[in-house]
Amino acid sequence: MTLSDTRGAIGGAPVTPRRGVAATAHDSWVVAKRNLRRMTRIPEIVVFGLMQPVMFVLLFSYVMGGAIAIPGAPPSHQTYIEYLMAGIFAQTVTFAVAGASAGIAEDMTKGLVDRFRSLPMSRAAVLTGRTLADLVQTAFILVVLALVALLVGWRIHNGVLDMLAAFGLLLLLGYAFSWIGALIGLSVRSPEAATSAGLIWLFPLTFVSNAFVPVSSMPGWLQPVAYWNPFSATVQACRSLFGNQLGPVPDAWPMQHAALVSVVWSLVIMALFSWLAVRKYRRAAG
Amino acid sequence: MAAAIEAENLVKTFGDVRALDGVSLDVPEGTVLGLLGPNGAGKTTTVRVLTTLLQPDSGRATVAGVDVLKHPNKVRSLIGLSGQYAAVDEYLTGRENLQMVGELYQMSARDAKKRALELLEWFNLAEAADRTAKTYSGGMRRRLDLAAALVVRPPVMFLDEPTTGLDPRNRLALWEVIETLVEQGTTLLLTTQYLEEADRLAHDIAVVDHGKVIARGTADELKREIGGERIEVVVRAADLVPEAVAALTPYAKGDPTVEKNTRRITVPVSGGARVLADAIRELDARSIEIDDIGLRRPTLDDVFLSLTGHVTEGGAGEDEEGGPVAAGKGRRGQGKDA
Repeated sequence: MTLSDTRGAIGGAPVTPRRGVAATAHDSWVVAKRNLRRMTRIPEIVVFGLMQPVMFVLLFSYVMGGAIAIPGAPPSHQTYIEYLMAGIFAQTVTFAVAGASAGIAEDMTKGLVDRFRSLPMSRAAVLTGRTLADLVQTAFILVVLALVALLVGWRIHNGVLDMLAAFGLLLLLGYAFSWIGALIGLSVRSPEAATSAGLIWLFPLTFVSNAFVPVSSMPGWLQPVAYWNPFSATVQACRSLFGNQLGPVPDAWPMQHAALVSVVWSLVIMALFSWLAVRKYRRAAG
Repeated sequence: MAAAIEAENLVKTFGDVRALDGVSLDVPEGTVLGLLGPNGAGKTTTVRVLTTLLQPDSGRATVAGVDVLKHPNKVRSLIGLSGQYAAVDEYLTGRENLQMVGELYQMSARDAKKRALELLEWFNLAEAADRTAKTYSGGMRRRLDLAAALVVRPPVMFLDEPTTGLDPRNRLALWEVIETLVEQGTTLLLTTQYLEEADRLAHDIAVVDHGKVIARGTADELKREIGGERIEVVVRAADLVPEAVAALTPYAKGDPTVEKNTRRITVPVSGGARVLADAIRELDARSIEIDDIGLRRPTLDDVFLSLTGHVTEGGAGEDEEGGPVAAGKGRRGQGKDA
């Protein structure tokens, strides 16, 4: 008996091979579909993903808003919430890192990554499918968060198109960061470790920035770090697009060209980390 | 017959540990090779290399004639893998899991759907098809995992400890499925810690320890190799033991062993049932009353013990529970000081 006979006897594999980009697109879609289904079945994840930024909005604006002076305006809840929202939005999209890292670490420990790696599918699809599903989740959270912010007094002043452009920048940043999460998820040993490893470095990153307080209030040596922080560029760009920039835009170059810097940072991060993560996935040994 | 799986001199080290220290094996088409060994022997690492999950440091392997290192994606379309832990997505339903795997094997969405339904019916999961796998019992999950490995009816299958942790009923059911697959011509590489499983399913057995294949053959060949047919007699009363030993000595091919408190005498013999009949006549002629007598052939447990110097994990767990009676150094209940 030859091998082909064997296959005939038990039915044969109806496989139509796809190649290259088409294969990656198809397989990524299949994996993204899977991850989106999971999200609808574990709504807690989305709910908690929402609660954190909503809590930040309320705490920052009502508790600290009156004490933080924004250049060009007297300290008040109203001026601070306008200043704050771009920062909260940006922080929310970057926290998507934790979702990707925990999700992929869980797939590793449960043996699903082994299953995927034993299938004749694109080597990038498991990660791309994950990050795309996270992108959908992030977009949903942004919309809900924006509605909450409107309720507590946040307003945009430059029209819907600019707002959409700002959300575009935010989603691009979030997507880039979820590739960092993918790499972390492949690198740590447990989903629990992945969650903390995914979050811990985000605190300095998001706080040493213009997200919550004006950079001009920081010590001189810290200011360049905060201005060149990829996070700050996106926050500044969004703040301007929302029309929430109360005083003049800070004089630092990355702030003056915030939209451009934001896009470049996001693309660089995405390119670097997707390359590292896919390389790691190919070699992943459980 | 062509070899459906062939490995030559596979070496893989993790840091200082030589997980594979030159593993070579071949599985002829349509047969089942049981890879038997204790935890950490290199069974799973071997499977991971052959299923393209792990790159060996050196060595060569082909599956269905395709080079595993040069054409991994080709190999992936020819194999099915079912792992130790059920690798299904517990938040997807059984149907969704199988459909996803089908689509990732590059089937059309319609074919994947159809195949998922077939498999769910075959594996008795049709009623649970639209429940998430989280709600499945251990046996159901394992069946779903095996079904996922069968989506494209692969000619070569790898089952890594397919029944570990299953209750006897589910184990039996899974064995029947595996036997059906083999009848249909699937070549199978099976790792297991259960000797009974290897005995029942595998045509050929390779015993692996410390990253090497230390013995290879059919279950019968391996048992013969370590020899050791013996007659075991339990006499009615302790004072009968010396005379019984004297009666059996002419048939012995080695020193008889005696367990005093159980009145059990074990005598190595060769010649099978005929010797047993002779021994019974001799005991009868001397009017030695016996409670029990039998011819014992070595089990795969004995093979394993004699080859590796330790019992399998599966065996050890069950046997050690067995008894305070377990005499002396022996880790097992019955006297088997071979």
